[in-house]
Amino acid sequence: MPLYKAPRIPSSEITPRSFYLKRRELLGLAAGGLVAASASPVLASPLAAKASAYKVDEELTPKESVTTYNNFYEFGLGKDDPAAKSGAFKPTPWTVEVGGMVAKPKTFGLEDLMKTFPIEERIYRMRCVEAWSMVIPWDGFPLAALLNAVEPTSEAKYVAFESVVRPEEMPGQSGVFQSLPWPYVEGLRLDEAMHPLTLLAVGLYGETLPNQNGAPIRLVVPWKYGFKGIKSIVKITLTDKQPPSTWNIANPSEYGFYSNVNPAVDHPRWSQATERRIGTGGFFGTARVDTLPFNGYANEVADLYKGMDLKVNF
Amino acid sequence: MAAKLSPKMQSALIWGLYALGLFPALWTFWLGVQNQLGADPVKAFEHTLGVWTIRFLVLTLLVTPLRDFNLFNGLRYRRALGLLAFYYAVMHFLTYAVLDQTLALNAIVADVLKRPFITFGMLGLTLLIPLAVTSNSWSIKRLGSRWNLLHKLIYPAAALAALHYSMATKVLGTQQMLYIALLILLLAYRILRPQVLQAKKARRLQGAR
Repeated sequence: MPLYKAPRIPSSEITPRSFYLKRRELLGLAAGGLVAASASPVLASPLAAKASAYKVDEELTPKESVTTYNNFYEFGLGKDDPAAKSGAFKPTPWTVEVGGMVAKPKTFGLEDLMKTFPIEERIYRMRCVEAWSMVIPWDGFPLAALLNAVEPTSEAKYVAFESVVRPEEMPGQSGVFQSLPWPYVEGLRLDEAMHPLTLLAVGLYGETLPNQNGAPIRLVVPWKYGFKGIKSIVKITLTDKQPPSTWNIANPSEYGFYSNVNPAVDHPRWSQATERRIGTGGFFGTARVDTLPFNGYANEVADLYKGMDLKVNF
Repeated sequence: MAAKLSPKMQSALIWGLYALGLFPALWTFWLGVQNQLGADPVKAFEHTLGVWTIRFLVLTLLVTPLRDFNLFNGLRYRRALGLLAFYYAVMHFLTYAVLDQTLALNAIVADVLKRPFITFGMLGLTLLIPLAVTSNSWSIKRLGSRWNLLHKLIYPAAALAALHYSMATKVLGTQQMLYIALLILLLAYRILRPQVLQAKKARRLQGAR
């Protein structure tokens, strides 16, 4: 018989994160002797996103898991490092420079983007190359909308993305051992970039992106492995050459340019046939589900790769 | 510490070492049951058990050099340390097989055969089995000098563990580098050891003269 029962705190009594963050913000402002400044950091503020038809009918991964289990090596190698070590990162003010082979190059402020392009909610599966997966309600707008606004020229064949470099705010970018060359870079073929599924996310679960998830703006390509979804984007360049991508540079035999989710092509260190759904079942019942070609989006995207050998172009 | 401990004290210390050594596994398991291991509790538990396997391998391999340099004579704790490494390796594998792969035998066999880092890990664990089985006084007496020869298997086992650990992640972290460097150092010492012992002997002879 148990002698002592630990008290259970009902979830209603736990202070919501946004509240205590606001409290901290206020305390910080008070300590600095500042009167409410106009450019106060946007921390998990609510977003007005309209629902969209793009959603999978699967149980959502709890927000707690989505925001505490991350690969974001700029903040450290551990899955909990991004949540624990991204507090100093300032996602506002922010600009994204869009240029290269376009008729109207432009540097967009974050507010511009969020005002110009209607934000919608998209519930996508997210499959990591490490054989785990989540189901995440993103808030964002199609990359195609932004690309159309800058008018790619007829030579443009690819889109290159570049992530932010701020060693003073991102502990994984400083120190003796650097895990990867910075900045993190990624790329898509133009038709992939223009595909309606390809999203620039500015939020999740109806709030602006937490730092650990790639604040303030990141790429989401649901039929590709998660590492293609470059975070904290500062630069988007249209080009006629296949752009470099960080993991491909780090280990070309393990990570290809396309990196489409494919259960038939194993990673040397992971079978890609199945995946573990994060946040379901706990310790004894973590669900293993079959991985689907193109992460279940084959109907929408398989045509993009017609006639290509996907074992060679992995 | 005084060299003279009563046999009772000695065996109490060794049992204490087992209890202390198994505590991280039990504690982490308890955290898992309580849903306190984060978003991917199975991976976290698996990883913890793997890291403790490496730690106990390092401690086991440290006994000899510490003795050679007259720093600490931990010979009587070596069996416990080696067995703890083995127990952790077994728990690490069982967590992978039962909780992670949910006993999908096809997937496990395919992993062991096809993925070098899992092949190395499995091979390392296999090499530890005869060592664990013969970790008793009866076997030592029975096998005589062959026991010493057999237990040199700890070296390839440790090397395989280092390989397994270094290949398990996409890039090496600092903790990984530290333990792998320690294992390499401890294995390299075995190559230099004859010279160290000879120098020691020569010094002793000089002192006696």
